[in-house]
Amino acid sequence: MALEVNTNEFKKEVLEAAQPVLVDFWAPWCGPCRMQAPILDDFAKENSAVKIVKVNVDDNPELAAHFNIMSIPSLLVFKNGVKVNQAVGLQSKADLAMLVK
Amino acid sequence: MTELIIIGGGPAGVSAALYALRAGIGVLLLENGPGALTRAHRIENYYGVTAAGPDLYQTGLAQAAALGADIRHEEVLSIDYTGSFSVQTAAAIYEAPAVILATGTKNATVKAEGLQRLEGHGVSYCAVCDGFFYRGKQVAVLGSGVYALHEADYLRHLAGSVTVLTNGADGAAARAAGFSTDERRLQSVNGEEKLSSVTFADGTTMPLDGLFIALGTAGSSDMARKLGAMLKGRFIGIDADGATSIPGLFAAGDCTGGMLQVAKAVYEGAAAGSAAVKYLRTAAAQA
Repeated sequence: MALEVNTNEFKKEVLEAAQPVLVDFWAPWCGPCRMQAPILDDFAKENSAVKIVKVNVDDNPELAAHFNIMSIPSLLVFKNGVKVNQAVGLQSKADLAMLVK
Repeated sequence: MTELIIIGGGPAGVSAALYALRAGIGVLLLENGPGALTRAHRIENYYGVTAAGPDLYQTGLAQAAALGADIRHEEVLSIDYTGSFSVQTAAAIYEAPAVILATGTKNATVKAEGLQRLEGHGVSYCAVCDGFFYRGKQVAVLGSGVYALHEADYLRHLAGSVTVLTNGADGAAARAAGFSTDERRLQSVNGEEKLSSVTFADGTTMPLDGLFIALGTAGSSDMARKLGAMLKGRFIGIDADGATSIPGLFAAGDCTGGMLQVAKAVYEGAAAGSAAVKYLRTAAAQA
């Protein structure tokens, strides 16, 4: 399951994480985000090496602004504290696999 | 009772309607005039029929009407999904547990340098999805029809300012609705990491934080994208039965890509219509 993270926890849970982190910027009112959630859960089950994190942009607007999020869902991949990849819009399980590669 | 809303009255939509109606399903068919069929002066490659495109369109609608379809000439602006579907047209809001998208493909496109590159970084195709990120910012809507005004109206409550860019079309309707307009043609969309401005054909530039694309009418892909259905490039992804990734949402015809042919649209309509019937019956049995 994805770990819900807020602005204060982001540094510890994402930037300082030992493993690659896939971050889903989402909001409850966003249709495609609601569709992304089960795909992400499914992906998490099959990819235990990747840490899956969710950021609610309603509750954490400063995080969204910091990463220039202007459309959701936005999926960002972090490795060793650095953003290495990014995709905008609903992503399939295969898309996610490509993204974290 | 409406159990199935079909959006589009071409070969895919009507074919879907015929299969659903014959199975005893209540169908509301929303159509907005022949799309690609308008341009087909004479169809000679469809089994058993030689006809002009617009004539075939009317014959199809009459066939669905004769079987009891509720056919309404209304432009669809958006669809909302919360377990069932509510379809908003320029005239009303309709509810149903299943929807088939069969609006064909859009011919309204714009060629402007940088548009694709900045998608998701200031360029958006969905005001409801992305408007949130433009609170207090300077945004523009590209388009001039009812759909563009629908998007602009949503943004009016969020953005600092909303300008309607008509790209050469008449902006009178947008001005009447209280929007400032710019009728010049768009040349390019500029910005490094994110959108900063647009440049018009005359070389002048307008600073912008957000550009929302709403050309022509809302296409099937636009609606599917907003609902969160899986797309396949600019087309809607479907399985062999015409089902999208959202339960109860089906698609058929040109909007799913592949051959832009009446024969393909008719088959996909039949498949989607049959699958929708099966879906509705399964849902009813579980209720």
